Amino acid sequence: MSVETREARQPWILLSPALGAVALLLFVPLVFIAVYSFWLRTATGADQVGFFLDNWAEALTDEFYRDILLNTLKIAAITTLVCALMGYPAAYFIARSKGNKAVLLLLLMLPFWISYIIRTMSWINILGVSGAVNWLLTGLGIVSEPVQMLYNETTVILGLVHFLLPFMVLNVFVSLDGIDTTLEDAANSLGATKWQAFLQVTLPLSLPGLAAGGLLCFVLGAGTYITPLVLGGPTDAMFANLVFEAIITQLNWPLGSALSLMLLAVLGALVLIYNRYLGMAQLMKGLG
Amino acid sequence: MTRHMDDTTRYERLRERYLNGDLDRRGFLGMLGAAGLAYGVQTPFAKYARAAAEQVRFDGWGGVVSEAFREYAFDPYTAKTGVNVVDGTFGGADEYLSRVKASQPGEYNIAHLSGVFDYVRYHNLELSSELNEANIPNLENVITALVDVLRKPTGGSLSAVPYDYGTTGLAYNRKHISDEEMKEKGAKLMIDPAYEGKIGGWGEWKTRIWYAALQTDQDPNAVADIDAVWDAVRTHRDLALKYWSSGAELMSLLAEEEIYVTEAWSGRVKALQDQGHDIGYYDPPGGLGWQECLFVLRGSPMPECEELLNFMLAPETAIAVAEGQNYPPALDPNKVELTEQVKALPAFDPTGTLAGLNFFDPPYWNSKEAEWSKTFGRVQKGY
Repeated sequence: MSVETREARQPWILLSPALGAVALLLFVPLVFIAVYSFWLRTATGADQVGFFLDNWAEALTDEFYRDILLNTLKIAAITTLVCALMGYPAAYFIARSKGNKAVLLLLLMLPFWISYIIRTMSWINILGVSGAVNWLLTGLGIVSEPVQMLYNETTVILGLVHFLLPFMVLNVFVSLDGIDTTLEDAANSLGATKWQAFLQVTLPLSLPGLAAGGLLCFVLGAGTYITPLVLGGPTDAMFANLVFEAIITQLNWPLGSALSLMLLAVLGALVLIYNRYLGMAQLMKGLG
Repeated sequence: MTRHMDDTTRYERLRERYLNGDLDRRGFLGMLGAAGLAYGVQTPFAKYARAAAEQVRFDGWGGVVSEAFREYAFDPYTAKTGVNVVDGTFGGADEYLSRVKASQPGEYNIAHLSGVFDYVRYHNLELSSELNEANIPNLENVITALVDVLRKPTGGSLSAVPYDYGTTGLAYNRKHISDEEMKEKGAKLMIDPAYEGKIGGWGEWKTRIWYAALQTDQDPNAVADIDAVWDAVRTHRDLALKYWSSGAELMSLLAEEEIYVTEAWSGRVKALQDQGHDIGYYDPPGGLGWQECLFVLRGSPMPECEELLNFMLAPETAIAVAEGQNYPPALDPNKVELTEQVKALPAFDPTGTLAGLNFFDPPYWNSKEAEWSKTFGRVQKGY
């Protein structure tokens, strides 16, 4: 075996455990799900093996699924926008802070030490009828009766922002931290104000991080089902809730499989578009 | 005489052949890989078969119920038989069924399920077993009506024993809704616009449809106008603040006064009352009763499971569990002396006939499951 051949093989040998794990734990289950999506649920709840297009026809043509999918994308988009608006200043502050950067990053990571469900449920104690905000409002005499704030689309978005904001801040921080600050100084020395230097130098250079954070927030937000379950009202379901219902409540694994692949395809398409224009390298940097 | 070779000897012989040059390196590694694959595929399933006689898995709702089972049934059972009880929990019958469906026969053994709807559902999925009742003498103490209703779907035999019963009635905050108003309006209070934003409801299709049938003056076990029922479900949805999905969430919504009225499980309301909350409970005319059973799944070690069921049906166990979870036991009060605490539980029937309760009619509701659960999923989300 020539040296070139051996060198060409080496990365694959090193990668083989990871590739094997991805193949076994991701692609094989995905194939199972794809196969399942062509089966049918019988009246008793048992699966009918075969090749039927009924689930796909229903998932793709029924406006119920289309509407919930669009609503899910809308909620994910609003969440991403709010995360960007709130996360950028925080990331900028951390990146430009001197000395206490590590402490600030640690504070940013602290919420991850608490269960996501507990973090979500904590809003009930904050915004509930007998929660902290209402206690304050009634105590100060601002309102006479507690205000109903929970269980609507706004609280779903609030819960998602709470969950996803650290992902945005981290990605933007990584991007900002890699920008040479002397570039801003150079812009200032050429007559630009601080605001102009930020708009024309720092912001464009940090856009890849913003986009990576946005992609993560969007994909994670669109795939969630706990937040609408805990903080949403009767009509605030998202697409993942439909998958949950099909598989768990209705025991319709074939339809649930088709729906989950549909969501995967939509979110996968977004990732591909991102990769086409910005590349995955920035995302990996943010995740790392 | 056949001599069984252990795996170490097999490996040493194979290695010796390789070192002697009888086997090339590719062949040696290939055989090792094949052995590893065979072990990996076989082991996860073989352990259940091997462990069958050594342990029984029980899945229930956890909490105080699980503690009572552990103290009064599992530990004495293990002490007597040497069979260990693995105690698992689930959040709901639907979730548990998904887990069972994805498992191998024998992996799950006994479950504390809702009867009779789930009993039939599991039977239809060919997950039922056939109990030898001679091994469960304590079954004699159980209310006959509860046993008979389980026999019907399984052709006279049993795959489960009844364990407790209760009702899904109406819970209301007495600071805002009087007992008189509740009695006057009954189920229709749940669609009273006066309480818009203060109404809750269990996000479960059967209960929603049952109460919508009552709200439209129909027999829930023979709905004549399903469109009217869906309209009532929609009306309730538009007035409701929240569909709850667990007993803990139900209690939180009522205790925090987020909602003033909802359907509720009798035992949970008793727990709230015991905590000092001024919550009333009312079973309206046509209100919903249910029973829970201990279901033995197909592929389970039957003699071991039957003996465990007998321990669990022993009066001291059943009464301790009943007091822990606030639901009356399935024991017939005419045959077993029950405690005053049990007799004071909501939904308790001193006659032991349960004639005053209404249950889901299994053939009717199981035949509608696919259509109605799906439609409810849509109506629930605003359609």
